[in-house]
Amino acid sequence: MALTNETIKARLIEKFADQVSQFEEPYGLLTFEAPKDLNLKVLQFLYDEDELKFRFLTDLTAVHYPGQPGRELAVVYHLHNLVDNIRIRFKIFTAIEKPDVFTATKLFSAANWMERETFDFFGVNFQGHPNLKRILNVDEMDYFPMRKEYPMEDQTRRDKDDAMFGRG
Amino acid sequence: MSRPVRFNISPIPADPKNNIALANTPEGFTGEGFFATKLGDVVGLARKNSIWPLPFATSCCGIEFMATMASHYDLARFGAERLGFSPRQCDLLMVMGTIAKKMGPILKQVYLQMSEPRWVMAVGACASSGGIFDSYSVLQGIDQIIPVDVYVPGCPPRPEAILDGFMRIQDLVGQETLRRRNSENYKALMGSYGIE
Repeated sequence: MALTNETIKARLIEKFADQVSQFEEPYGLLTFEAPKDLNLKVLQFLYDEDELKFRFLTDLTAVHYPGQPGRELAVVYHLHNLVDNIRIRFKIFTAIEKPDVFTATKLFSAANWMERETFDFFGVNFQGHPNLKRILNVDEMDYFPMRKEYPMEDQTRRDKDDAMFGRG
Repeated sequence: MSRPVRFNISPIPADPKNNIALANTPEGFTGEGFFATKLGDVVGLARKNSIWPLPFATSCCGIEFMATMASHYDLARFGAERLGFSPRQCDLLMVMGTIAKKMGPILKQVYLQMSEPRWVMAVGACASSGGIFDSYSVLQGIDQIIPVDVYVPGCPPRPEAILDGFMRIQDLVGQETLRRRNSENYKALMGSYGIE
């Protein structure tokens, strides 16, 4: 019997009961959410089960939702079952005041740099990470640029000529 | 909707007996068996026709530079036959591509390792001014960290434009006085960049 989204959903509900929620399938990719304390348990379950075998971490990133107090930062994991060619998306939400999330580095080595990038741009603090420091931005940067309150343009430029930029 | 071809309609066939270009002699006083001219002119002539560039190619402009180096647009015609990737052996630092703020100190280090006389060419919009990337991570022009002699605008500039920039560098090299690098003006310029 081939692995399908329904089978995966049934296995997850069987194991975690009502802690996994928000099942959706945008464009056929099964997406679900779990509380942030369970993220390693869910990842380990998806990794270990012989029927599920989600052993490849495709991407680990974050999204900032400023309009949801208490759930501003979403950490999104994209996993891939290479044998059956099924992908799955797993989200956890955390508040922006204390964005602590357990690191997935012990399970997936790829999570090492991906978590550094997520920390660099969103400020998600991965607990247990071996080397959590900025990876793509300059080390002296003191803010997290991909958060919605910061514009893309560098605010410290002094040479922006208003006439050349169409502002009179 | 194709336009009629306007250029290279009657190409000149290659002439193996008459295809070597000679540089013009500088102004001077000629006599029987001697030629007197300014030392600066002769040194400038020698230097400008044998520039060794250092291609600091980061992005798309680097690809255009590869086209310039290839046989169709041939940078070697201008004397830049030998590209070095070591700053210790090169005269001209060609910065081609987007330089991020994290790359800035590295570029400055490469510039500092070059020995005098050295020239810098900023190829493309990103190296000249940050280009279309007006963002927190891109250095808005390499002249924030190193002094630049020639800017080649374009995104990317055509190989002909890069060659034109190279010819402007050759003009600068040919006309530079021998004492420019020791002058007060130059020291002040270097000082404004924090370079000894």
